[in-house]
Amino acid sequence: MNEDFEPKIVAFLCNWCAYVGADLAGTSRIQYPPNVRIIRMMCSGAVDPVYVIKPLLDGADGVLIGGCHPGDCHYQEGNYKARRRVAILKNILRQMGFDEERIWLRWISASEGQVFAETVTAMVKALKEKGPNPLKELWGT
Amino acid sequence: MGLRIGVYVCHCGVNIAATVDVEAVTRFALGLPSVAIARDYTYMCSDPGQALIKEDIKKFGLTKVVVASCSPMMHEPTFRGTIQEAGLNPYCLEMANIREQCSWVHEEEEEATRKAIQLVAAAVDKAFLLEPLEERRVAVTSAALVIGGGIAGMQAALDIANAGFQVYLVEKEPRLGGHLAQLDKTFPTLEPVAPLLAEEIREVEGHPNIDLLTSAEVIGLEGYIGNFKVNVTDQATIRELKVGTILVATGYDLFDARLKPEYGYGIYEKVITGLEFERLVSLSGSRKFWVNGKEPQDVLFIQCVGSRDKSVGQEYCSRICCMYTAKQALLVKEMLPQARVTVLYMDVRAYGKGFEEFYDQVRGEGVLYRRGNPSEIYKNGKRLIVRVEDTLLGEPVQLEADLVVLATGITPRRDSPKIANLLKLPRSPDGFFMEAHPKLRPVDTVTEGIYLAGCCQGPKDIPDTVTQAKAAAASAMIPLCQGQVKVEAVTSIIDEELCSGCGICAEMCVYDALSLHERKGVMTINEVLCKGCGACAAACPSKAIKLSHFTPAQILAQVDALV
Repeated sequence: MNEDFEPKIVAFLCNWCAYVGADLAGTSRIQYPPNVRIIRMMCSGAVDPVYVIKPLLDGADGVLIGGCHPGDCHYQEGNYKARRRVAILKNILRQMGFDEERIWLRWISASEGQVFAETVTAMVKALKEKGPNPLKELWGT
Repeated sequence: MGLRIGVYVCHCGVNIAATVDVEAVTRFALGLPSVAIARDYTYMCSDPGQALIKEDIKKFGLTKVVVASCSPMMHEPTFRGTIQEAGLNPYCLEMANIREQCSWVHEEEEEATRKAIQLVAAAVDKAFLLEPLEERRVAVTSAALVIGGGIAGMQAALDIANAGFQVYLVEKEPRLGGHLAQLDKTFPTLEPVAPLLAEEIREVEGHPNIDLLTSAEVIGLEGYIGNFKVNVTDQATIRELKVGTILVATGYDLFDARLKPEYGYGIYEKVITGLEFERLVSLSGSRKFWVNGKEPQDVLFIQCVGSRDKSVGQEYCSRICCMYTAKQALLVKEMLPQARVTVLYMDVRAYGKGFEEFYDQVRGEGVLYRRGNPSEIYKNGKRLIVRVEDTLLGEPVQLEADLVVLATGITPRRDSPKIANLLKLPRSPDGFFMEAHPKLRPVDTVTEGIYLAGCCQGPKDIPDTVTQAKAAAASAMIPLCQGQVKVEAVTSIIDEELCSGCGICAEMCVYDALSLHERKGVMTINEVLCKGCGACAAACPSKAIKLSHFTPAQILAQVDALV
């Protein structure tokens, strides 16, 4: 494991649960590694596969998608759509030789600031163990 | 004139400035192409801060504004208002969340500043691509639905009806009153409940604006703020109601004391709950009551049964039990002055108006308070033996009692998952319905047009319930008074040149907002029904649909800036 390696994570968080959970981590002053960059989405179900693949090609080491817990989606079932879409995307990426464990889909409610901070911390640790995303080299970015 | 973006970096006092080098962030922003002006200021949300933005919009002819400060959840509406006042479309604003998601969660200045700079860069790149959106308005159906005919629902229904609006009040039981109808007297004033409730019920039943539906349940909901369609059934028929707003006052259930088997509830007849005690004294006409054919000598109350108890998954305080126990203990003392009355407690929480004085009065009347949670209750002959550690004396004691009253706490209704699912209401970890904001929006929910009152939102006593009911009624009347409401400006947009009319998007849409245009052969969107979730856009195989304000170009621009 390369201790100096600092993974880059792009996170797509839904407006109603995970994004508010990330805000709550802040309000509660729960510290986590600064490796994550958050993009606000209206719903995890709106995360287009392109949004996941693009940062990975451009040099991100991992992508986190955060949505409401099953049954809690603000739009009724967007998180289920996200779950199916991510499952298929991972399947395709695996067949193309890409390490699908760089993509994390997690349910984080508006009241789970702690869960968000722990998720980021765990993801940074896991990506440090994996090392840099090889796609970066391949595409020369 | 080309695109001119203004960037405003907030110190938030020291909340941001202590961790993030705000001046460095501002200098960075100034160096970006298309940024006409960048400034940092102590509090951007303050009046002078907002004035700064408004002046710059005029002075520099800004077309887009980026505010780097707290979460957009906090001040996006504020700054949208600010730029709108200066003549910009409110959707020409983008915020960089450098407080909740940066300065408050990272300690190291260099890293936090670097992150803040990237977040600002991403916000500027997105702002570059933002397009003005039209805020649309739709007419509001001038009626409200109140679900639940307890004291909260009745009070809210009366307030809305008195203001002149039509109210449908739906109650599951055959009659109104809820839990209140089962109580004898209130604390701390010892006012009899029956006359108080009878008056309220009489008013509700006789009100010309209230359409009362008892033995009825809500079974379906569609629509949105201003235009809900609700299906209500009385088991025989289904009625469709059209309302503008919905007030949820579905109440609570009491903790099931059987889940604390050590107290012997359901095994020993003389271990009863507080609510059963109400019935006992109510039936006795508040004179005397009998246990085992004679006046009881020892009556023992146990508090916090199913409250503040992680072992049964009830972490919170039920807020009413300390006071109803004190009231019941006093009633025993008044009816049976010779009886020994003991209250076993953890802490006495006498926080409300007149509560502490009442607690003092109860102790003054000879009710003995002993600190400790019983470990076991068993029977010896006709009497009950209660084993408890008196935590003030620090020793185990055994107390005898003729009657044990358990102060069972408040729990979410057992059918609340069903109601939550029907109305799309999130619940907090304790299982109660969640308010939109604990401090500033305590009766609103995240679903616009749906409001909460009473114990369905969390445990509370009668005055707090009535207060919340009146607040929720006032909030539910705002859209009714306005007559029209803003609907989500962020919706999906269809590019007819790309659309093949395959209909995949329509399958994804839970709001039935998409349909095939018969002649054009492409999909069309009903913008009033569209809630802007973006599920259709992500699924469209030809990328003919995009979600406004979150377009692929805008999001990928953010990705580029962040990676």
